[in-house]
Amino acid sequence: MSDAIAGYDAAEEFLDRQSTIKRVQAVLHTYPWLSPAVVLAITLVIFRIASSKFATPTDLGVIAQQTAVVGTVAVGQTLIILTGGIDLSCGAIMVFSSMVMAKTAFDQGVPGPVALAIGLVVGCLAGAFNGFLITRVKLPPFIVTLGSLGIFTSLTLLYATGRTVRNTELARQLKWLGKPIDLGGFRITTGVIVMLALYAVSAYILRYTAWGTHVYAVGDDPDAARLAGIQNSRVIVSVYVAAGFIFAIAGWVLIGRVNAASPNSGIDTNLDSITAVVIGGTSLFGGRGRVIGSLIGALIVTSVDHGLSVAGLDQSYKQLAIGGLIIVAVTADQWIRRARA
Amino acid sequence: MSNTTIAPTTAATTSVTPMLESEGLVKTYGRVVALDGVDFALYPGEVLAVIGDNGAGKSTLIKCLSGAEIADSGTMRLDGNVIQFRKPIEARNAGIETVYQTLAVAPALDIATNLFLGRELRKPGPLGSVMRMLEGSGMRGRAKEQMMALGIGTLQNMNQAVETLSGGQRQAVAVARAAAFGSKVIILDEPTAALGVRESAQVLKLIQHLRDRGLPVILISHNMPQVFEVADRIHVQRLGKRAAVITPQSVSITDVVAIMTGALQVDERDQALGPVR
Repeated sequence: MSDAIAGYDAAEEFLDRQSTIKRVQAVLHTYPWLSPAVVLAITLVIFRIASSKFATPTDLGVIAQQTAVVGTVAVGQTLIILTGGIDLSCGAIMVFSSMVMAKTAFDQGVPGPVALAIGLVVGCLAGAFNGFLITRVKLPPFIVTLGSLGIFTSLTLLYATGRTVRNTELARQLKWLGKPIDLGGFRITTGVIVMLALYAVSAYILRYTAWGTHVYAVGDDPDAARLAGIQNSRVIVSVYVAAGFIFAIAGWVLIGRVNAASPNSGIDTNLDSITAVVIGGTSLFGGRGRVIGSLIGALIVTSVDHGLSVAGLDQSYKQLAIGGLIIVAVTADQWIRRARA
Repeated sequence: MSNTTIAPTTAATTSVTPMLESEGLVKTYGRVVALDGVDFALYPGEVLAVIGDNGAGKSTLIKCLSGAEIADSGTMRLDGNVIQFRKPIEARNAGIETVYQTLAVAPALDIATNLFLGRELRKPGPLGSVMRMLEGSGMRGRAKEQMMALGIGTLQNMNQAVETLSGGQRQAVAVARAAAFGSKVIILDEPTAALGVRESAQVLKLIQHLRDRGLPVILISHNMPQVFEVADRIHVQRLGKRAAVITPQSVSITDVVAIMTGALQVDERDQALGPVR
């Protein structure tokens, strides 16, 4: 087969010609998280030059703590985007679950661990609701989650009756993820550890299990997946349920982070998580990306946010920088997907 | 219309059990009759081409055999046992693999993953049963063996994404997947329709490799020269019925086209040609 290709005369020397740019494209095709890693490094260097208080060991700990909530949500969002879907209601599910945890413990006097479990189940059910509408009623994920964003936000406000569950009223176990851990000047919280653990577990599952492979296959080519005997609907519903569970864990992290359960916290998380995943090199068309990229993406989002405030700059630049990065990331994705070895 | 008898090369009576056969298959879609009592037989170790004009019912016939459609009536037997498929997965579990025209491989996934998609192997021991860990190196190794066995050893790296391959190589991956799991019958639905000349030649070579390994192959194709090149017998489908079964040696392409269009009619008793290999 290969000998049929060889045997050119004048063209022979040009056959294996590869421009540098082609080589870069091929490398990024294999390692999609590489470009966000470079962007993160540049971001850190720029703000470090702008302010000597930025990215000191203490400050890096603060960035890690600020990343915990959006970083956790981004794990679930990555799973969903890998199937070719999107979840606009992730932040709403997170806040709803956190309110359920706090209020069942405070108002109904349910023991902390049980309240936590109820909150996690609520997250799963919310995910199942989205998954059901997408696979059984066959509605586009964008529309379903736009609708459920409104539904869950409204349910949260109605259920909370506009009231915040304050620090002193919270069950002890619910505050557990706010506990600081000192690593010699570098101070993080247990919430950061939980986020990192979720990344490790999801990276393993996506890389080394059949379910992980099916998540990629369903997003990459639904017809090929179906013909290979994969039950697409079942995979998609399981992804939305797993994501709902992760969003509920993010709700737990959120309680630890703000030291309260408020129906108005975490408003930015819906879009920030999508931003983190997209900047992290996962394709919005599904089937491509690594969960580790979303962690880098989440770190970029918080670094920009935090860097601007440390450097005393206008926060409006955040929207500018992040907006620009999203467009660059999606353009890069389009380009990388055209790579041929 | 002339009524010609085409001399069969061998006697129609035989004692060989067909690997896959059907009797009187009927399939209708509303008032549209797709299959009007089709008899069909595939013998062990042969390449049987199924040809016919558009609407002759060859796709429907194949869909019934591969479990994608359920026939209204008629019987099917695999290796002598009566079978009834309600889903494609049942046909696959019975050992019938189908390669679809549309290059049904997931582009972003690598060769090994595509080969084992939906049938992944897990590691032995607790790593596999508790941690659900896949046998990555094992699958790559078996993928490689499979590709070598089919004479497509030019593909070295089983971690290569399928989208980086040419159309012919992608089809080769799909054929290799069918060959790896199809223990009884392999059905190829227009495998060269989307391919160029050289890539088509690769796929035809693969078909011959499959036959040499003893696997019977059903080939659906519009391309007469290709059919005449690889097929042992040719099943001609016309107006929802079997019009004839012939060999490439006994009949010219012109006559086959005449049978397909109805210009030439074959006597009832000469329609069922037995195995020639």
